[in-house]
Amino acid sequence: MNLDAKIPEGPIAEKWENAKFSYKLVNPANKRKFDIIIVGSGLAGGSAAATLAELGYNVACFCYQDSPRRAHSIAAQGGINAAKNYQGDGDSVYRLFYDTVKGGDYRSREANVYRLAQVSRNIIDQATAMGVPFAREYGGTLANRSFGGAQVSRTFYARGQTGQQLLLGVYAGLSRQIKAGKVTMFTRHEMLEMVTHEGRAAGIVTRDMVSGKIESHAGHSVIMASGGYGNTFYLSTNAMGCNVTASYRAYKKGAGFANPCYTQIHPTCIPVSGEYQSKLTLMSESLRNDGRIWVPKNKEDCKKKPEQIPEEDRDYYLERKYPAFGNLVPRDVASRNAKLMCDEGRGVGATGFGVYLDFSDAIQRLGKKLVEERYGNLFEMYERITGDDPYSTPMKIYPAVHYTMGGLWVDYNLQSTVPGLFVLGEANFSDHGANRLGASALMQGLADGYFVIPYTLGNYLGSEKPEKISTDHAVFKEAEKSCKDRIEKLLAIDGKRTVDSFHKELGLIMWEHCGMARNESGLKKALELIPALREEFWSDVRVPGSGANLNQSLEKAGRVADFLEFGEIMCRDALTRDESCGGHFREEHQTEEGEAKRVDEKFSHAAVWEYKGEGNEPTRHEEPMTFEHVKFSSRSYK
Amino acid sequence: MNLTLYVWRQKDAKDSGGFEKYTDECKDISEHMSFLELLDVVNERLIEKGKMPIAFDSDCREGICGTCSMVINGRPHGPWKKTTACQLHMRAFKDGDVIYIEPWRAKSFPVLQDLMVDRKALDDIVQAGGYISTNCGSAPDANSVQIGKEIADAAMDAAACIGCGACVAACPNASAMLFTAAKISHMNTLPQGKPEAGKRTLDMVNAMDQAGFGNCSNHLECEAACPKDIKATVIAEMNRAYAKASLTKR
Repeated sequence: MNLDAKIPEGPIAEKWENAKFSYKLVNPANKRKFDIIIVGSGLAGGSAAATLAELGYNVACFCYQDSPRRAHSIAAQGGINAAKNYQGDGDSVYRLFYDTVKGGDYRSREANVYRLAQVSRNIIDQATAMGVPFAREYGGTLANRSFGGAQVSRTFYARGQTGQQLLLGVYAGLSRQIKAGKVTMFTRHEMLEMVTHEGRAAGIVTRDMVSGKIESHAGHSVIMASGGYGNTFYLSTNAMGCNVTASYRAYKKGAGFANPCYTQIHPTCIPVSGEYQSKLTLMSESLRNDGRIWVPKNKEDCKKKPEQIPEEDRDYYLERKYPAFGNLVPRDVASRNAKLMCDEGRGVGATGFGVYLDFSDAIQRLGKKLVEERYGNLFEMYERITGDDPYSTPMKIYPAVHYTMGGLWVDYNLQSTVPGLFVLGEANFSDHGANRLGASALMQGLADGYFVIPYTLGNYLGSEKPEKISTDHAVFKEAEKSCKDRIEKLLAIDGKRTVDSFHKELGLIMWEHCGMARNESGLKKALELIPALREEFWSDVRVPGSGANLNQSLEKAGRVADFLEFGEIMCRDALTRDESCGGHFREEHQTEEGEAKRVDEKFSHAAVWEYKGEGNEPTRHEEPMTFEHVKFSSRSYK
Repeated sequence: MNLTLYVWRQKDAKDSGGFEKYTDECKDISEHMSFLELLDVVNERLIEKGKMPIAFDSDCREGICGTCSMVINGRPHGPWKKTTACQLHMRAFKDGDVIYIEPWRAKSFPVLQDLMVDRKALDDIVQAGGYISTNCGSAPDANSVQIGKEIADAAMDAAACIGCGACVAACPNASAMLFTAAKISHMNTLPQGKPEAGKRTLDMVNAMDQAGFGNCSNHLECEAACPKDIKATVIAEMNRAYAKASLTKR
């Protein structure tokens, strides 16, 4: 597997300029001769589709939702980072770059991150021009807020709906190109197979989720922007439909999958309330600015009402263990400690998997009115979901799977190991290392789609001059047949268990053994449990109905079948990465105080998995990560 | 709690459809469930019995994507104000309740199956002009045009629309005025949106008419049903912009 990252020559600040100058261009009149396929219509896919169409390419864009406006980028709350330094507080491209590499725990590629920080400034300009109503100061300039992992205010926001507003900006641009006939939009279409020809990406096979029709689509290049794989855990903050199928199908066709074990667990989510739970809801991280996190000191108090537990019997464990940062420690540290408390039997709530986030001190100190101004909408949302009023009783929170830093391996040009297949946004692996900073996901999705792929794709088309093959070609017919066979196989099993019951069981295995804390024996156990569950799935799942029309059980079954294979790769990666870094915490590698310990001399690399065929173990390759600008140091929040 | 559900079942667009009653499948329902989790549980039980589950749309389940779309006891998204069906919780109901669940009802939203409808008509309206025609790369610095906080806030109020279509489902005329006007208001309010304001308004209103949505006769059911609290005043703004654009059209 060729893992040449193709990092351009020159000092880090000039690499992107040098690259853009060295790229081959496609003459404006020739752009219309190229057909580009884009899977996904979120911030990355949607912005790529609109921008490539503006340049003159013919774009076909696919999403499983009923409209591109509903992609899950829409759910991001907090904001988007950009090195604008509008606040004059010392921010710069270099500082955003530095914070991101350090926040990623030294497992990302410096050159990519630097470019991300550079183009971050253009994103804010572009989004504003598209009509995104960012928050403003009274004087009319853009407002900023601060966010975790940074000491400057560089986060732009639109109330608590930044992802929604950015996506609607992207959707507006995309709509304009659909109207102009330059983008053909395929909604309620799910990609089931990737097609390669002579080693290049040649197209995809989709299922029309309304008619059930299996269709082939050919292009000169395929762009994957299909999001993350958090739903492998069943419960996550992802949308119900988020899935790994598109990425996984690409992996099976030769695209390397990098660092699948890197998952981000967000500390402040509403806890699971029962077995029927279908998804987890995030409560903005900003709540930790004023809320105090605690659990009872004594196990016996866990079932009491919080008001009945006197002050001296409460353990404000983050304040106790991390006096310098207190309740504001980074996401991974806050999450792990909540788990620790619950594992000790001191968790609260019906399930015992929850900790208190208490605002009574803040209300006393600031007054109810100010607390309401700051957090009113969040309190309202919390009350709607739980029925508890956070003004009078502490919130209960627990960590939940939120984002996946791993993804398909890409070089500096965002091209995967399959020529012609490009990967953008959360679906690729490159920029966040082992841990993503808050407000950086929106930035990366838009950087890739608006400002990187329009250049790098042109270079591929201009220099490699790929041919487009007909959808009548045997490779498409074979791919269609394999999709149809798989659907028939799923429908024919007619076993006893529902698809969801398998997905939930997989989720529990993953959460238990490949969640917030991992260890060798647990991961080995998961590697036995998952194949057994997969076998049971293929012999006992019940998928009612047929493939020839709208069938939601069938859609889910296809996705869960892929999660059941992909979960194993996550565990395998977590097992071989014998160190702790960022979101990947191996219990064997911690300091005496229980903090994560990297093993830089052995693991300063991206682990890239190569598919080796049915029944064979995948091969692990390494792309070394070298750090010329940001020097290794260990994070401390004491 | 134990409930009785009457759920609209319809195989596909051609089927005439009808209500089906469910009681056994809706026993022992926890008040902590969301409304869609109730349907998940009913579906699991239906599949176990060898029956087809109820098809319904949902995705983010946190009230922002606008995918979920069902009429619950005659009200789009159900009894709670400013709340999508996915955020409605079973605390809103009590033991023994009878609940009717239907899809959005509008000529422009054909039923695909059970509770799922096709809302492509809303995309068509946006494609007619719900954008600012700026190509990527040509944007000036974001702070080069100052926008007063009040203006930015007003644009944001309108931009909060999630495009679910509850306004259409609630309207006796199945009008999409609130949806269309919210998008027009968002864009026309901002300085960036001014150059195309007239053309945008005319094009989007025409697209709305072409899609077969009804007219507004001031029932204001749309505002009452809107999960994001979009105010019907945007419709007045749109009507004014439409009149102005019609008179000054070149």
